[in-house]
Amino acid sequence: MQSDFSVANVVANSHSTKPMLYKVSAAWGNHEGSLLLWVLILALFGAAVAGFGGNLPAALKARVLSAQGMIATGFFLFIIFTSNPFARIFPPPMDGEGFNPLLQDPGLAFHPPFLYLGYVGFSITFAFAIAALIEGRVDPAWARWVRPWALAAWSFLTIGIALGSWWAYYELGWGGFWFWDPVENASFLPWLVGTALIHSASVAEKRDALKSWTILLAILAFSLSLVGTFLVRSGVLTSVHAFANDPERGLFILVLLAVAVGGAFLLYALRAPALKPGGLFAPISREGALVLNNLLLSVAAAAVLLGTLYPLFLDALGGARISVGPPYFNATFLPLMLPLFVVMGFGPMLAWKRGDVAGALQRLRAAMGVAGGVAIGVLIFDHDRHILAAIALALAAWIAAGTFVELAERIRLFRSPIADTLARARGLPRAAYGMTVAHLGIAILIAGVTATSAWQTELIQTMRVGENVTVAGYRFTFEGVSEVPGANYRAERGAFLVERNGRTIAHLFPERRFYPVEQRQTTEAAIHTTFFSDLYAVVGDGDGKGGHVVRIYHNPLVPWIWIGAIVTALGGGISLTDRRHRVGAPARADRGTAPQAAE
Amino acid sequence: MKPKRRRLLFVLIGLALLGGAVALALSALRDTMVFFYAPTELAEKPPRAGASLRVGGLVEEGSVVRDGTQVTFRITDLTSSVPVTYTGVLPDLFREGQGIVVEGKLQPDGTFAATRVLAKHDEKYMPPEVAEALKKSGQWRPDVAKT
Repeated sequence: MQSDFSVANVVANSHSTKPMLYKVSAAWGNHEGSLLLWVLILALFGAAVAGFGGNLPAALKARVLSAQGMIATGFFLFIIFTSNPFARIFPPPMDGEGFNPLLQDPGLAFHPPFLYLGYVGFSITFAFAIAALIEGRVDPAWARWVRPWALAAWSFLTIGIALGSWWAYYELGWGGFWFWDPVENASFLPWLVGTALIHSASVAEKRDALKSWTILLAILAFSLSLVGTFLVRSGVLTSVHAFANDPERGLFILVLLAVAVGGAFLLYALRAPALKPGGLFAPISREGALVLNNLLLSVAAAAVLLGTLYPLFLDALGGARISVGPPYFNATFLPLMLPLFVVMGFGPMLAWKRGDVAGALQRLRAAMGVAGGVAIGVLIFDHDRHILAAIALALAAWIAAGTFVELAERIRLFRSPIADTLARARGLPRAAYGMTVAHLGIAILIAGVTATSAWQTELIQTMRVGENVTVAGYRFTFEGVSEVPGANYRAERGAFLVERNGRTIAHLFPERRFYPVEQRQTTEAAIHTTFFSDLYAVVGDGDGKGGHVVRIYHNPLVPWIWIGAIVTALGGGISLTDRRHRVGAPARADRGTAPQAAE
Repeated sequence: MKPKRRRLLFVLIGLALLGGAVALALSALRDTMVFFYAPTELAEKPPRAGASLRVGGLVEEGSVVRDGTQVTFRITDLTSSVPVTYTGVLPDLFREGQGIVVEGKLQPDGTFAATRVLAKHDEKYMPPEVAEALKKSGQWRPDVAKT
């Protein structure tokens, strides 16, 4: 591979000594290149609609593609006028200036592309919403066309956020997985609204209801993706993601945002009243539960948005400079999640149109028992008696057990002969399995987040060679620090021996790396993971007297956070393989539903 | 009439939830937001005791003293400075002369007990808070930002 140092962007972000992986991925590790990735994905999605949307009505397809084209035009203008990635530099320097060492990590190869697949994926649902508003017609077929795109975007976004969180966890050396940082919120907002969207779209498809609301969510999901891009890329926030600090660029994105979002809302205000109201349902029904899901998710998104934007508005209006941190988000976001998790357990048990809560709860007795058992178990075995942790873990168990009960009910497990159960299991649509898997993933994620938040052990102290400390039952012996050369850095590598009950568990080698080209230092945490917890060690400055500052964490269940997120995204993927969700499936819709009707 | 009334019910429940959430959120905001101070402001109009706040500025040259995991240093906007104490591992980009932001509480003896030290991930420019603190104290030089 050639590094062309006559291109300004390459000079600013590369160096001949940089490993191959980062020479490639640094292409999107900067402002101009990341926009190039954005429009590339936008073009790919547009091509996918054009190529696979063979069964879309010609008029709808044309409108979707033109809406998509307008978004692309906006971004092309942005790139051409403010962020030319191919600007030349003359005379070309001998070598590049290097690349932010914090970004020299395999995470860079995966986190941005997945996140962008999510962000940009919502441009398709946005384009479908615009097309539907122009046509003034939303029907179950429209919802069926939109759902696969929404599911795909949402699944990619789930993976992208999880990868970002994991990256921050092992690279920043703080032992935390989520900081309620504005850039994290910027990716979380479209996720929350996108989650609401995939649920409301199912109501629009199955029951021809919530149509106008689904359109609104589709517009909001992409608008929040744009807001996220603005926040992250304009330099209004101080973060590792803010490459640009150029007010002109910020202004351009803001104008783009105003035109796209403002135009979409104007169209919505004009056309939404013309949409015909659809199916009716009782408040206690599957639809009702999904409406509650949507309300809670969108209110949670609003709370996060408020906390993220308030400091910016206050600053822009010349008010005090403030920052809004985790206490705010914990106080507003968590109370909204608890009822959501309760509904998540029994919502899928309710029938469409008119449900029966008493009946659903009766069938969920086993799940309630499991949840209660978990709560009591936590309160007995936890010395600190974390009430909130007990509730959250009980809810995780409630969701997991409720999901299994729901699946068991559908295939009449233990109630019919095994052959009948198997036949039903085969006949069940893939989307049902997708939901089961995704909800299980969320339950795993809740358990991971709760356990590591409640029972993390942190130890910071100065250690000398040969000294040992005990953290959460693990004995860490500090074996000293040695100098190790790296590909394009020098490392000070600390060594820990970890033992439990006299048995060696692991050797941990945290590093402090110095990158001479960039004159920068980074911290590489060493992590030993079992399925149930992480042992996490960081080595810091020497104190000049033979000691080193070290940080050691024991993070219970923390791997479950990422396992849960991946399982959740997998659920989305399984749903996508449902033949009713395959792109262009409506033409076969009648055949698709026939086998189920026959069972 | 019935479907209309039902829809009205949904809208009303939605509005009530939204109103409740906004009220909750605003009160949470008021209780948890952290104000930003420059060292000069801190000296001129001290905040109420016990409030969490952020202070931004440059780490004063020659002020960093390490004692095991305890670090003390002074943070300055080149007009006034505040002594800071911090226990833990400093971020990789922490060094003398670097723009940083600390979060924590002002102690009765006038020192600032930091619970977090934030140095920017990229040293090419300084945190906007720090730039503003320097502008407020009249010590802003664009070339300082490039150090």
